[in-house]
Amino acid sequence: MTQSQTWTDEKIAALVEPDRVHRLAYTDQELFDLEMERIFEKLWIYIGHESQVKEPGDYYLARVGRQPMVMTRDGKGEIHVLYNRCPHRGAQLCTARAGNAGKHLRCSYHAWTFNLDGRIDAIPAINGYDGTRFDKNDPLFHIKKAPRADNYRGFWFASLAEDGPGLEEHLGQAKIALDQLIDRAPGKECEVVGDCFQMVQQSNWKIFLENQIDVSHPGATHESTGYAAMTVEEDMKAAGETPPLEYGFLTDFKRIGIDGWDKFGTTGHPQGHTTLEGYMGLRPDDPDTNEYVRLMYDAYGETKAEEILGVDMHHVLLYPCNSVQPPLQQLRTIRPLAPNKTLTEIWQFRLKDAPEAIYRRSLGYYYLVNSPSTMVNADDLFNWWKCQNGLTSDGGDWISLHRNAGQDLPPDDHGIVHSAPASMSELPLRHMMQVWKDYMTNGHAKVGG
Amino acid sequence: MGEAALKLAESDPFAVADVSVETQQAVERFLYRQAEILDEKQWDDWLALYTKDGHYWMPAREDQTDGDGVPNIFWENNDIMKMRIRRNNHPHAHSQAPENRLCHVVSNVIIEDEAPNGDIVVRSRFHCAEYLRYEVRQFTGKYRHLLVRDGDSYKIALQRVDLVNREGPWEYVMQWWL
Repeated sequence: MTQSQTWTDEKIAALVEPDRVHRLAYTDQELFDLEMERIFEKLWIYIGHESQVKEPGDYYLARVGRQPMVMTRDGKGEIHVLYNRCPHRGAQLCTARAGNAGKHLRCSYHAWTFNLDGRIDAIPAINGYDGTRFDKNDPLFHIKKAPRADNYRGFWFASLAEDGPGLEEHLGQAKIALDQLIDRAPGKECEVVGDCFQMVQQSNWKIFLENQIDVSHPGATHESTGYAAMTVEEDMKAAGETPPLEYGFLTDFKRIGIDGWDKFGTTGHPQGHTTLEGYMGLRPDDPDTNEYVRLMYDAYGETKAEEILGVDMHHVLLYPCNSVQPPLQQLRTIRPLAPNKTLTEIWQFRLKDAPEAIYRRSLGYYYLVNSPSTMVNADDLFNWWKCQNGLTSDGGDWISLHRNAGQDLPPDDHGIVHSAPASMSELPLRHMMQVWKDYMTNGHAKVGG
Repeated sequence: MGEAALKLAESDPFAVADVSVETQQAVERFLYRQAEILDEKQWDDWLALYTKDGHYWMPAREDQTDGDGVPNIFWENNDIMKMRIRRNNHPHAHSQAPENRLCHVVSNVIIEDEAPNGDIVVRSRFHCAEYLRYEVRQFTGKYRHLLVRDGDSYKIALQRVDLVNREGPWEYVMQWWL
């Protein structure tokens, strides 16, 4: 681990107090580099879902910390996570975001070819290497693999640290986010819908995570959208029409108001994951939902189906890179690019054998909330950009996380802390920064490496 | 597949119809006026451009043939358009403070089909500058309109907008149509 002259453990630790955070955690380039080294190039980072590379030869680009990676599927159907770099002269091997490489990855520069697991296949005029230190069996001349790549039920992650907790240990209780994306399917499988939307947030990656789980923002930030959706619903009803159910995802912002969000508990997990309980009317009593529930009963039996559908999570953040909304089949992953720049990939999933109407409901959410023409994230992105600008000013050094500070419930058997009852607690925000401090200071035991 | 989407999908995207000068002018005037309505934010006029079931559609992929049931950048009927107008004009739509401004140039107008009833399939190219957050960003792409005859003019049954950079990544969302 790099020892920073500027950022000693003591100085980093001093940025995070129990109820506030220093602004430099969001703006400093050297701290950002340390975050990449100690968090993003060490913990398990989301690569993608197996359905992104369905066929042999398929590849999909990903980014882990500062490292350009590529996920491939070989001829035997195995998935690999490789550095997207030719071991000859360093050229990027895949440039399209996604594609099919056929049987081999072929470097465009000197036509070296590689198997989809990274092993070298052939080099033109290879006799030129006779009598040199080049050795075809030396891993130095193969595409480097991610030190660790693993999947949880088809969701692939990579860790660039040789050692450390395994993927399931890292996911801990928060793996329910991924379970729910699969278990809510009567066909017990899910797959990505189309390609993802990519957005570049003009703000620090932590601001995104904090926002996802911040219950005191929706009524304020999204008031205009809640109002507009509500008036359109009223117009439709007056005209004898039935508004689409997904409009309700927006009217909630108005219906619940700014200070009505105290009914939804939040948690913080020891690995840094956080959750927010569900608030949207996701199990209405309509024919489509009832048909879906019937299919779930057929697939799982009533008890198990009710257990699956009873999980009430609006949001699960898998630290440090995923934001998952299981009941709506949405998954976002972040790829930090700079202290003030974060790339997001936003995916929708389809539940196998669920009625078309259930797919369309989540598609409606994907469109209204997560598409490039979103009427919801438009205001979030704008707020984050304004925060990032404000944090570079000398108008103050501290970010306040005081809401219900000191009132969190003690850790449960899994080490998970829960927000104070009937609060709009900033617990998840405080919790993530405490874990950040642990990961960022040298010698943290949980991280390994 | 929707009827309008089917008509667009079945129309030859390279056809050049032999139409009268009057028809060419009327269609061009309609397209230019649509761009002006957007640039000048005349929202009642905007809504009146579309048929009751009309859609504004910006596909996420070039090979899409219908906006229904798949992810899109835009896929809006009259109700969602109204929602967007009311939202963006709400005093607390803070991402519209300061308000953005759009400026379109529409050109390369080629009518590819004129049906016996006067309905039109027309393709064109556009360039649009958006002033937002004190900066100007650029959009460019191709329009394809399915226009249905409405008295002396037309209404839009379907407008397809293919951006040259449809895959993103997006630096910021699009709050208004392009």
